[in-house]
Amino acid sequence: MIYSNWWKYAGAVLVLYSIIGGLLFVNPNNLLFLDETVRNLNFHVPMWFTMIALLFISVINSLKYLKTFDLKYDIIASKCAAVAVLFGLMGLATGSVWARFSWGSWWTADAKLNGAAIGELLYLAYLILRNSIDDPSKKARLSSVYSIFAFPLFIVFAWIYPKMITNSMHPGSGDTVGFNKYPLNNNLRMTFYPAVIGWITMGWWMATLLIRNDFLLLNKQKNEN
Amino acid sequence: MKIKLFLLLSFISTLACAQTQENPFYANGKIYVVVTVISMIFTGIILYLITIDRRLRKTERELNEKH
Repeated sequence: MIYSNWWKYAGAVLVLYSIIGGLLFVNPNNLLFLDETVRNLNFHVPMWFTMIALLFISVINSLKYLKTFDLKYDIIASKCAAVAVLFGLMGLATGSVWARFSWGSWWTADAKLNGAAIGELLYLAYLILRNSIDDPSKKARLSSVYSIFAFPLFIVFAWIYPKMITNSMHPGSGDTVGFNKYPLNNNLRMTFYPAVIGWITMGWWMATLLIRNDFLLLNKQKNEN
Repeated sequence: MKIKLFLLLSFISTLACAQTQENPFYANGKIYVVVTVISMIFTGIILYLITIDRRLRKTERELNEKH
């Protein structure tokens, strides 16, 4: 899967389709104060889906590392987390712009927003922790254990806790229903699902480039020893 | 080449099924310019990713042949 090509093109086509369709298909224009900004569903939300998917791959590989102590799993785990952090930053930034024009403020003290920001910091800390340790196996072991704690915390902060409270403005959190609960015109779904699949593929592609690069370095070291 | 053709066809077909009446978003027909620009930028980024991918593959082949 890392070395084949077809899925990369398929993902790119899906994202391109979601950009074109997301802007050109007629969308429901009656969702509260969202008006045309509802189209952001095709762009802002897939960032988070991609982040969660990559973090899931990351924590699975952290577990595999602790089971086998094979450094290649640590490479997969850390590179997926690094790309996930990038997508998370994109999610925060795009969400902030959307918030400015629907809620009137770049940032609100909303459980969803703060939870996502805390989750983001958790994984920034993961990357900093890794960079502060020189010994490769110590680095891998520590960061794998950290990631096993960080992943459930991320899910709780960014996903579960915002659903439990009552006063969140973010769709899908508190008493604000998610987009899937609105009587949607199906055009949104027609571009939203391909966008999610396409962006997850893009994220995985970006991660595999970093992973393959580190595999080369790892093999080089093995051959030198 | 197949990919480029597919991209072009998918673009044309979406243009064809977009509805242009009533909504001010489409009324003056200029949203297509924006869609084309964004699509071009995205395609450029993808081409860049493909270039990195190919270069990496070349290095992988070279190193694997050595050992």
